[in-house]
Amino acid sequence: MSAASTGTGTTDPTTMSALALARAVRQRELSAREVTTAHLARIAAFDKGERGLNAFLRTDEAGALAAADAVDAKVARGEDPGVLAGVPVGLKDLFVTENLETTCASKILQGWIPPYDGTAVARLRAAGAIIVGKLNMDEFAMGSSNENSAFGPCRNPWDPTRVTGGSSGGSAAAVAAGFCPITLGTDTGGSIRQPAALTGVLGIKPTYGRVSRYGVVAFASSLDQVGPFAGCVEDLALALEVISGHDPLDATSIVEAPSALGPALAAGGRPQGLAGLTVGLPREYFIPGTDAEVDAAVRAAIRELESAGARVIDVSLPHTPHALATYYLIAPAECSSNLARFDGVRYGRRVQPPGGDLAAMYQATREAGFGDEVKRRIMLGTYALRSGYYDAYYRKAQQVRTLIADDFRKVFASCDAVATPTSPTAAFKIGEKTADPVQMYLADVFTLSCNLAGLPGMSIPCGFTRAGLPIGLQLMGRPLGEAALFQLAAAYAARTDHARRRPTLALEAA
Amino acid sequence: MSATTTSAATAAPDFEAVIGLEVHCQLRTASKMFSAAPTHFGAAPNSQTDPVVLGLPGALPVVNRQAIEFALRIGVATRSKIRARSRFARKHYFYPDLPKGYQISQYDEPLCEHGLVQFVLDGQPREARLTRIHLEEDAGKNTHLPGRATSLVDLNRAGVPLIEIVGEPDLRSAAEAGAYLRALRQLVRWLEISDGNMEEGSLRADANVSIRPRGQSALGTKTELKNINSFKFVEKAIEHEIARQIDVVTSGGRVVQETRSWDAERGTSFSMRSKEQAHDYRYFPDPDLPPVVVSPDWIARVTSALPELPAQRRTRFVEALGLPAHDAEVLTGERALADWYEAAVAAPSKADPRKLSSWVQSELLRVVKDTPLAECPIKPDMLAELVALIDAGTISGKIAKDLFARMLQSGERPKVIVDREGLTQVSDTSAIEAAARAIIEAKPKEAAAYKAGKQQMLGFFVGQTIKAMGGKANPQLVNDILKKLLES
Amino acid sequence: MAITRDEVKEIAELARLSLSDEEVTRFTGQLGSILEHIDALSALDTTGIEPTTHAVPMDCPLREDVAGAALPAERALAAAPVRSGDFFEVPKFVSGS
Repeated sequence: MSAASTGTGTTDPTTMSALALARAVRQRELSAREVTTAHLARIAAFDKGERGLNAFLRTDEAGALAAADAVDAKVARGEDPGVLAGVPVGLKDLFVTENLETTCASKILQGWIPPYDGTAVARLRAAGAIIVGKLNMDEFAMGSSNENSAFGPCRNPWDPTRVTGGSSGGSAAAVAAGFCPITLGTDTGGSIRQPAALTGVLGIKPTYGRVSRYGVVAFASSLDQVGPFAGCVEDLALALEVISGHDPLDATSIVEAPSALGPALAAGGRPQGLAGLTVGLPREYFIPGTDAEVDAAVRAAIRELESAGARVIDVSLPHTPHALATYYLIAPAECSSNLARFDGVRYGRRVQPPGGDLAAMYQATREAGFGDEVKRRIMLGTYALRSGYYDAYYRKAQQVRTLIADDFRKVFASCDAVATPTSPTAAFKIGEKTADPVQMYLADVFTLSCNLAGLPGMSIPCGFTRAGLPIGLQLMGRPLGEAALFQLAAAYAARTDHARRRPTLALEAA
Repeated sequence: MSATTTSAATAAPDFEAVIGLEVHCQLRTASKMFSAAPTHFGAAPNSQTDPVVLGLPGALPVVNRQAIEFALRIGVATRSKIRARSRFARKHYFYPDLPKGYQISQYDEPLCEHGLVQFVLDGQPREARLTRIHLEEDAGKNTHLPGRATSLVDLNRAGVPLIEIVGEPDLRSAAEAGAYLRALRQLVRWLEISDGNMEEGSLRADANVSIRPRGQSALGTKTELKNINSFKFVEKAIEHEIARQIDVVTSGGRVVQETRSWDAERGTSFSMRSKEQAHDYRYFPDPDLPPVVVSPDWIARVTSALPELPAQRRTRFVEALGLPAHDAEVLTGERALADWYEAAVAAPSKADPRKLSSWVQSELLRVVKDTPLAECPIKPDMLAELVALIDAGTISGKIAKDLFARMLQSGERPKVIVDREGLTQVSDTSAIEAAARAIIEAKPKEAAAYKAGKQQMLGFFVGQTIKAMGGKANPQLVNDILKKLLES
Repeated sequence: MAITRDEVKEIAELARLSLSDEEVTRFTGQLGSILEHIDALSALDTTGIEPTTHAVPMDCPLREDVAGAALPAERALAAAPVRSGDFFEVPKFVSGS
């Protein structure tokens, strides 16, 4: 491909890690402009058009090149261009970006040009990252397949007839396809981990409050958390360190400084790097409903952790069967509230029936602007919050949430992390589950509890099905226990090469 | 107002009104309740917003510490129970002036509960209980232009911190409700947490009104009266509603639970029955805001910094300074006035507090009607000095009034003017005697008339003598000397 | 607990969604089956269990009362679907009476 010819050396920038790119840019081996151009070219070649992956809803060539030139100018002046100098980064389209359209993959917000940057985006820019564009997602982050996007599903780079998972499908696919080494997503019930698993990349949902939610369009405020996707554990750590930390603009932001991840990576990379760590296997996550190939790959991965020195024990999280119902009360309730602001008054699209009054405008705007799944959840949430129903539904769910969190507290008294499959199956076919919401919701059955309890959770590639589809291993840790997850991931990466495999994109093959 | 009261009472003497007020009060913070956007009143439309105020996607609220502090101040002042962990909740309804589709308010865990408001009606101290005082954010403003199919929305007011002061139904007449509301206004101004300006909307009252046969303890069906946006109309609107309900009941009907809007221009109210009323606010704890924790230490600091409250000060003015109750009430109407008065009492001149009170009420209040007290050129110690000069006989009351006017213009101390211009009363008996003799000699006819028993002629001679001495003669001495000379 | 068509319509009204007949039918079925799943929670005894409203317990941080810069009106209004001068413009609320 043409992109391969850019750059000073023999290496194609689109195959390099973020860490390597930033190093090359800082050492003037590559210019940020070259790096950016190469990635934009790859996106143009494989993401657009009929057969493209549709990971990006829009790219910002002009903005990206201007940012790249600014990095190059800094390098030329001898100033510090930041730890992500010249690294192309893509953002799920619910990160608010100043002067760059932000839609949440919804018609209701189509055309909205925000007047401000969110905190995570501002931190990326300050670190020298190049924002190349906005990524596809399930509308307002509601979905597990990216099929709920108002702008078409994102295809899985490993098999374009299959879903990427969701809701951060575009963010996962973009890393898998080599469009950018780092992307950001959000995870409310598995929206980072599940698509990471289904596309064979790494993704982490940090502890609730670790990354600021300011400037991230809210789905379910008490569950939403921002996190990065990357192709290797070092890049994932780098991205997380850049976006983490206290933000006075988010009242739920954790004040305590995040621990440095470097030592954890170094420890995990040593032989017997997991000595002293205990990993729990919760029996409620190893169940007959899980695909046999997924189950086998996950068990093999756990043996790998054991051989790196980890002690593996069986544990129980008894309230796990209630997580799905709990989640499907809390998330829709909060979403029905968060989405009340889309009313056609201050931003976004307005639909005005001729001669209609205010109520008619509201109804027509919201009816036309929201897709099916969003409406379904607004309805469910409105139902659960009605006066007289609150105690039986929302409050009850928050009580069960306490029980679920207590399960984890007990388990973490005896182990540093728990390991489970990320998703019960590998990527399913586009259209396979769209008719039955409950079947679709079951795709998140292993990831929901982590959000309910506010814990950090990571998905790392741990193998492939016979059909060549990626499988993910989920690691969940204590609150603020991200370092342990990175240590495990580093140890696993040192012993296997699953994370290094990349899909061959359709046009490359052709 | 009292005439209306009587007519309603005589028309149906068997009913008693039960009234509770819900008062919204804007707090005078520099920034908004949940963001740093400024709060200038009267600014150009939509110029006081930011992403939080506009309810932009992704924006998040952060609580203003000063707003909590202000709410604590009135909470402590009303002897409310302060909740150690209070919570913000979302209250949902769709309206163009409510940017997020929900208002951040407090629901079942408000900051303050079970307080007490003290007020005075017809010279009698009264009390009314408070259900709660909670914090919330104000909405923007929707302007309906006549003859247009659209409304205009200005979000400058959106997000301004509000406290809602919810009263128990302890009020029994429109007059009592009016006095209660005035006391609340006095309190929020006294505590310097709000300017309490009803006309500008920084204080807004809704009234829950019901009637019941006197002697019955069960409450009647209440109506909620909204849009009472001027002190002038509070009593009138409630009075009207009481009379309306009595009419309904006495003519065999039943009061319908509804919200009614007061139309000040027509002096009547109308039902706001509409689809908008079918509300279900769907309250739930705001997941963006953890519980607000108020430490005992914080409450202690607020308590110790609290000024002496109007009711206590009123009592002290009566008991310690010997003021009549009415004087005490006037002087405690505003904290600045009470402070001014007390500074005058405490001044080194040691003027008589009662005389100071009448000077403040008759002269000072007249001249500071439209300007802040602090800007008045006459300072408390200057007035005290003036009153002390009268008391000591140094100047006459008449000269004192002239002096007051001149102090107001120049800002000079009274003694300075008196000394410079020789305004000291003449108390030198020989000088007065010389002047008096000259007048008596010049007016033999009048002198003869006095001697013949026309006693009132003495006043004539006093006036003439004082005039001859340039107004500076001590009137009492003039009086005594003239009497002696005329009767010798 | 099954949900009725009328309830679906009521909720849609509250949420300001004007569902078509077809949507009402579909949502009645789908919400019913989701609620069936959810109703399993009612079997769980949660007496005396504190509800979790925040996954990571913390006290509400408080901001000092310092006014920052306002968004210029032009930027505040830039995304308005309909505006009139420096105001957002909306259709009038026509009251039921």
